[in-house]
Parts: sequence; structure tokens; C-alpha cells
Amino acid sequence: MDKPVNNRAWWLVAPVFAIVAFSAIIPIMTVVNYSVQDTFGNNQFFWNGLGWFQELLDPSTELGGRFFAALWRNLLFSAIILAIEVPLGILVALSMPREGWRVAATLVTMALPLLIPWNVVGTIWQVFARADIGLLGYGLNALGINYNYTGDVFSAWVTIVVMDVWHWTSLVALLCYAGLKSIPDAYYQAARIDGASRWAVFTTIQLPKMKRVLLIAVLLRFMDSFMIYTEPFVLTGGGPGNATTFLSIDLVKLALGQFDLGKAAAMSLVYNLIVLALCWVFYTVMTHAGSERPDQGSAA
Amino acid sequence: MNQNTRGSAFIMALYLIFLLLPIYWLVNMSLKTNFEINTTVSLWPQAITFEHYIKIFTDSSWYSGYINSLTYVVLNTIISISLALPAAYAFSRYSFVGDKHLFFWLLSNRMAPPAVFALPFFNLYSAIGLFDTPWAVALAHCLFNVPLAVWILEGFMSGVPREIDETAAIDGYSFPRFFVRIFMPLIASGIGVAAFFCFMFSWVELLLARTLTATFAKPIAVTMTRTVSAAGMDWGLLAAAGVLTIIPGALVIWFVRNYIAKGFALGRV
Repeated sequence: MDKPVNNRAWWLVAPVFAIVAFSAIIPIMTVVNYSVQDTFGNNQFFWNGLGWFQELLDPSTELGGRFFAALWRNLLFSAIILAIEVPLGILVALSMPREGWRVAATLVTMALPLLIPWNVVGTIWQVFARADIGLLGYGLNALGINYNYTGDVFSAWVTIVVMDVWHWTSLVALLCYAGLKSIPDAYYQAARIDGASRWAVFTTIQLPKMKRVLLIAVLLRFMDSFMIYTEPFVLTGGGPGNATTFLSIDLVKLALGQFDLGKAAAMSLVYNLIVLALCWVFYTVMTHAGSERPDQGSAA
Repeated sequence: MNQNTRGSAFIMALYLIFLLLPIYWLVNMSLKTNFEINTTVSLWPQAITFEHYIKIFTDSSWYSGYINSLTYVVLNTIISISLALPAAYAFSRYSFVGDKHLFFWLLSNRMAPPAVFALPFFNLYSAIGLFDTPWAVALAHCLFNVPLAVWILEGFMSGVPREIDETAAIDGYSFPRFFVRIFMPLIASGIGVAAFFCFMFSWVELLLARTLTATFAKPIAVTMTRTVSAAGMDWGLLAAAGVLTIIPGALVIWFVRNYIAKGFALGRV
């Protein structure tokens, strides 16, 4: 794709640049400002240099220990949900009905969880999983399984993982379905003539065609699970103890709960840098995968 | 695409049941009295009551929450799409100084954790006097919706051959006239998909909406967090409010159902 060079195109981009800069750069500057200062209250600040960062990145301090615990917890959570949602999403996409009214009905039902406000997702699972009033919680306990997500760490994790699978698998499935739909029928006919097995069709035709959309799915799911806040906050409030306190929950506790501005700002910056680095890796892989097939419109 | 249709129908049925079961339970709860919720676990309401819905529709502190939410969602969608259209055109048609870096920077804002921005946004919007207005939330949500809209629209625009632009220029169309009269109808489905996603992510977001509002612009999601009273949780009311937040999303999906698959691939298949 060689596009004509035209620097006047900046005029078309300028409004977007202005509004995103307003929403991103000014707030980040405030955060940088807080991150190098300490306060005794009364709006009196004094210079603290890199003190907060040193404390944050040293796991032996209270702040550092808390940060790294939340970081590992969050990475573990992201790994678990990706390991479930990606294969399940592919399976669901392969099982989509082929034609008729069922396609529209299935698509609409599948997209439904994606448009429910995130706090309502938490509420839905709260009323569904509670041991006293919820179908799931009551049912499991009636079967003799000890299940109580507010008191038991394992139950809490299972509930949050299942909730995320419920919430987001459809996104992966819809992306894969879009990839599958773009495969011409001729490919399948050729495979049938060659006597290819179901598995061979999947690995040599369907999976390569889904590669691009799967990358988008993994990128979106990883990033969104890495900044998950509302759903576990409503469901468990980060508990029992700190067992489901992910990075965003911890940060909000620190910033808006304890009003520890310096610590929260340092944590924000490190958190943001991790996200930026991961995002860059994904983006590079994605545009690289895109440039292998120049017939497809690649991102910029 | 699958020979084993009975097997796939079975998998699909299981998956759809899994999706619908918690929603069914929420609807079930919303039609029960609180006494019934707290005393028995029943698969359907023994005495159907609409008291929770009636309370929401008659109490202004409840229904104003829906109006506030829809106000900032619509504002945000309009701002995001109108700003993103020219930018996406620039990215899809021209290369210019710093275009790749700019595109990545925009995209990185879609990935930035809202929790990082909660406190600085509070300071920023208080300072410029927009705190507790729908505008504050609408502008704050631009942080992730504008980049997303640019990304989606760029994908759809790159699918339109560049010859169309050139032909229109030869025919004497000025750029604004070409853009509105010829180009925008060509990517109408892309605009619909981008608007759908802006609506979706603005509608489902809670953290920033909660931080930036207090009383006058309070979104429904925040009203819902206040169903805890001295008498315990008002589960029935909470469930009814939850059911009502699902409806706008369901309506929007119904309108874009034919574009859902391509839309979720962000125009990139």
C-alpha cells in the first residue's frame, strides 16, 4: 500500500489529536506532578523525587509488595481467561448455524452480554451466584458442593472467571465468525475433493484465515482483562481479603479511597507504562501479520 | 462450514443456555416481592409483582438516571464519530509525517486503564467547571471512543477504492461535498458499526461516569449502587433496574444485527 504523501492531512487529524491530547496528556501531567511529591494534607506539597517509584518497585516494602501481588494476580487472571475464551470462542464460531432465521437470533443473543453495563454484569452474577438467593449458589450447595464466593477464595476466583467467560467469549466468537465468513466456498470444495479431514480443514484453511481477527481478539481481551475493575468490584469488592484485588481495583482504593496521591500516581504511571509496552508488542505483531497480506487494508 | 451439524447445534444450544441462564434469573428476581426473594428460592415468581418497575418509572431519582446515562452516551457518540470521520480518512488515504506513531498513540489510549484517569479527570473537569454535567462524562469517554472510532472507520474506508476519490475530483466535486455526498454513503455501514461501538463502550462504562458526577448528572449505574438500605438489600428493585439497563443495548443490537459479524471484526476481514 503506497499512499500519496500529503502533510496537509494533518488538518484532518488535528481535531482528534486535540481532543485525545486534552483527555490524555493533561491528566497524565497531573499524575506525573503528584508522583514526585509528598503531602501532609492542607494542600502543602513537597518534593519527593523518585521516592515513590523506588518504594513501588521494591517488593519488600508494603507498597511494593501490594503492587506486585496485584500485578501477578492480574496476569494470572488474564492468562486464565484467555486460555478459556479463545478456544471456546473458536468452537462457538465453528458451531454457528449456517443460514436462516437462526443466524440472526444466535448473533443477537450472543451479543447481548456485551451491551450490558459492567456494573450490571456484576449485579447479575451477584444475584445468580449468592448462596442464599441465587440459582447457581443455592443449586451448588444443594448438591453438596461447598460454594460461597464471599468467603472462600477458590469460589470467588471461579465465579469471576466464569463471569468473564460469560461476558466476553461472544466477542472472540463474533470476531472468529467474521473471519470464517470471509472464506470462499471454493476452498471447502477443494478440501472435499482432496479428501481432507475435518481437522485438516481447520488447521490449513480456517485457522490461517482467522489469524488476523484472532490477534485483534487476543489484544482486546488481554488489555481489557488487564484493566478489569467494575465487574469484580461489584461482585466481590476485591475480596475475600485481597484475593481478587486486581490492579485497577488496588489503584482506585489507593487514589480515591485512601487519597494517597503520591503513591497512587507512581502506581498509575508504572501501570500505564506496562500497558503501553504490551500494547506496542501486540500492535507490532498485528501490523506485521497485516503486511504479509497486502490485499487487506492494514492499519495505517 | 461444518459437516457435523447436529454436534454444532448441541454446542451452540449449550452456549446460549449458559448466556441466558443468569439473565433469566435476573428477570425472575425482578418480578418477585422482596419477601419471596429472601425466604424461598423458586424458579418462577409465585406471585408476580410489578412493584419494582412501577417504583422506577414513577420515582424521578430512578428514571432521571436513565435519562442522564442516555444523554452522555448520545453526546459522546456524536462527538466521537464527527471527529473521527476526517481523521480516519486521512489515515486511510495519505501518509504524512508521524502518521504511524500518531495511530499507535491513539490506539494506546483505547488500551489505557480508566482507573489511571479517574482522579486526574476529577481534577481537570472540576477546574473547568464541567464536573457533574453530562458533558464531562461525554468528553471523558472520548479518551477511548475516539481512537476506537478512528480505528474502525479506517478499516472500512480502506475497503473503498481510491479511484472513487479521483473520479469525484475530476467531476468537479469539492472535498467537503465529495465527502458528505459520495464518500459517507459508501461507508454507511462502517459509520453504523462505529456508532454502535461508541454507544456500547460509553453505555457500559461505570468508573469514569461515577467519578465525574455527583447529583445532577448521576448515571443509572450509580443509582443502582445505592439500593442498600438499613433494611438490607432491595434485591427486587436492583434486579428490575438491571433488566431495564439491558433493554437499550438489546434494541441497538437488533438494529445492527446484519453488520454485527463484520462490525466486530472492525471492518478488517
